[in-house]
Amino acid sequence: MSEAPIIEIRGLRKTYHVGRVDVEALRGVDLDVARGEFVSIVGPSGSGKSTLFHIVGGLTPATSGGVRIGGREVGAMSDAARTRLRKTTVSFVFQKFNLLPNLTAADNIELARFLAGKNHGADPHFQDVLKLLGIADRLRHKPSELSGGEQQRVAIARAVVNHPAILLADEPTGNLDSVNSRTVLELLRDLNERLGQTILMITHNPEAAAYGHRLVHMHDGRIVATPPPT
Amino acid sequence: MRYRPLRTLLSVLLIAIPVTLILTLVGLSRGMLDESKKRTSGVGADIMVRPPGSSIISFSGAPMRQGLVKKLRQEPHVVQATGVIVQQVSGITSIFGVDLGEFNTMSGGFDFIEGGPFKRPDDILIDDYYAQQEKKHAGDTINVLNHNWRVAGIFQSGKLARMVLPISVVQDLTGNTGRVSLIYLKVDKPASIDPVVASLRKQFEGYPIYPMAEYLSAISVENVPALNSFIHVVIAIGVVIGFAVVCLSMYMAVLQRTREIGILKSLGASRAYILALIVAEAFMMGFFGTLVGILFSFGARWLILTLVPASLQQAIVPDWWPLAGLIALFASLLGALYPGFRAARQDPIEALSYE
Ligand SMILES: Nc1ncnc2c1ncn2[C@@H]1O[C@H](COP(=O)(O)OP(=O)(O)OP(=O)(O)O)[C@@H](O)[C@H]1O
Ligand SMILES: [Mg+2]
Repeated sequence: MSEAPIIEIRGLRKTYHVGRVDVEALRGVDLDVARGEFVSIVGPSGSGKSTLFHIVGGLTPATSGGVRIGGREVGAMSDAARTRLRKTTVSFVFQKFNLLPNLTAADNIELARFLAGKNHGADPHFQDVLKLLGIADRLRHKPSELSGGEQQRVAIARAVVNHPAILLADEPTGNLDSVNSRTVLELLRDLNERLGQTILMITHNPEAAAYGHRLVHMHDGRIVATPPPT
Repeated sequence: MRYRPLRTLLSVLLIAIPVTLILTLVGLSRGMLDESKKRTSGVGADIMVRPPGSSIISFSGAPMRQGLVKKLRQEPHVVQATGVIVQQVSGITSIFGVDLGEFNTMSGGFDFIEGGPFKRPDDILIDDYYAQQEKKHAGDTINVLNHNWRVAGIFQSGKLARMVLPISVVQDLTGNTGRVSLIYLKVDKPASIDPVVASLRKQFEGYPIYPMAEYLSAISVENVPALNSFIHVVIAIGVVIGFAVVCLSMYMAVLQRTREIGILKSLGASRAYILALIVAEAFMMGFFGTLVGILFSFGARWLILTLVPASLQQAIVPDWWPLAGLIALFASLLGALYPGFRAARQDPIEALSYE
């Protein structure tokens, strides 16, 4: 029995209007992602990678075309349904960590549970995740007291605490040195291999991209078969 | 959420100002009225007769003929009658001219702390508050109504007035010879009060005549028309100040937290949740503003007591605390709405790229 893809993207277009100028960030993207896949997305700056993530996460609407997540069309969702989507189905990890500065690491994670209405009782699955993260002893600290790698691991913990179907990581190692990058990438791979977490990761680094099962190249708002010669 | 303690503290202090203003104003008005009630009841009269056309609060109005006092004294059940003349000195200070003999019979006399009754034509009696404020003792000279008077005696406050002169002196000084502005009556027994008032009202049409108890209970902040509208104006100012302070403060807070709001949204916080965050913070500001405002009203009272003991008595008015609090909270919530909706509508992508 072949399962339907968790993400189905069809003819996706996105045009930003900046004053009188139209910027075509996406010009017809088609992509399927199966449950449990780890996809690396690479491409030059401005090729529309982040825009693709934002549409998949329901943070911004598409101009045309569609994204279906678990069979449901994101563009057709109400505002409340999109909010719920971010709470429970799609979560983000950013290049800049985006932890709340005056909450401790533990409280940052707890906040995500609270927002999803799941802050009651212990969660055995999450204990496994914390073990994978290897930051159990740093949880009482504020983000400013953590290294970049630790902050990013906290951000990943926050992203997966509610068992999202999809984890979107936009240049998660962009601000990290190579040692910390490796920890974070190994963490993502562990999440994927041991817990079956579906992951889409944007990166500029070929070494990082190699952690994924599949490499998707983007160029000028489209997915291309092979990277254009530079 | 990131807190800016200084901004929050300043906002709380600013919200406290209108709360203090309202409480101090109401407190002063009530204190003043309570004082005058206490002094009026210290006269010991049962019935008060005022000149036609005078209102319940003000002592103005064309004075009555002094002959009326004698006439009223002959009414059945009336055992004593005395007329006084009131002259405003400044703002809220009045000087009373009394017939000391008649007044003493009715009230039981002044309790002198220093000195004693009038001996010379330029003698004046003052109460201890006034003496303390003006730092005067028996034998000193004070200047009132453009005259120098010798302080013959200082009496325990709570009887009729703060300053007392012989009735004829005030009458002559103010060109009201043979006239009085108030007549106090005492009747034989409490049960006679109502029938006497009824019969007098019939005989002296147009004269405001009240049982003392009714007159005293009618004196309240709410019954003074000018005071009432003044309080409404201050309440309106309070709402505007509270609104402006909270609106500005929360607007700044929303700008400072643009990025944090974006993070919350990317984590799946709903618009309602973000709006609630802003409103909750404004609510706290309104709440603490009220508390600080109440504290400040105690401070204002202390200041007044220390600086000008005889002028104004500020009452502490706990029954107005809830209203003052409601005003502050209402203004705060109103002020939080615009920043709150703005935060709720913020585009999460822009917010996340905001530095
Ligand atoms: N909010 C926006 N308003 C207007 N134009 C935008 C907006 N966001 C992105 N763009 C434009 O859309 C195009 C694609 O941007 P996007 O951020 O998706 O690229 P990217 O592949 O993520 O680039 P990078 O690798 O630098 O992060 C760019 O030309 C960018 O300038
Ligand atoms: Mg990008």
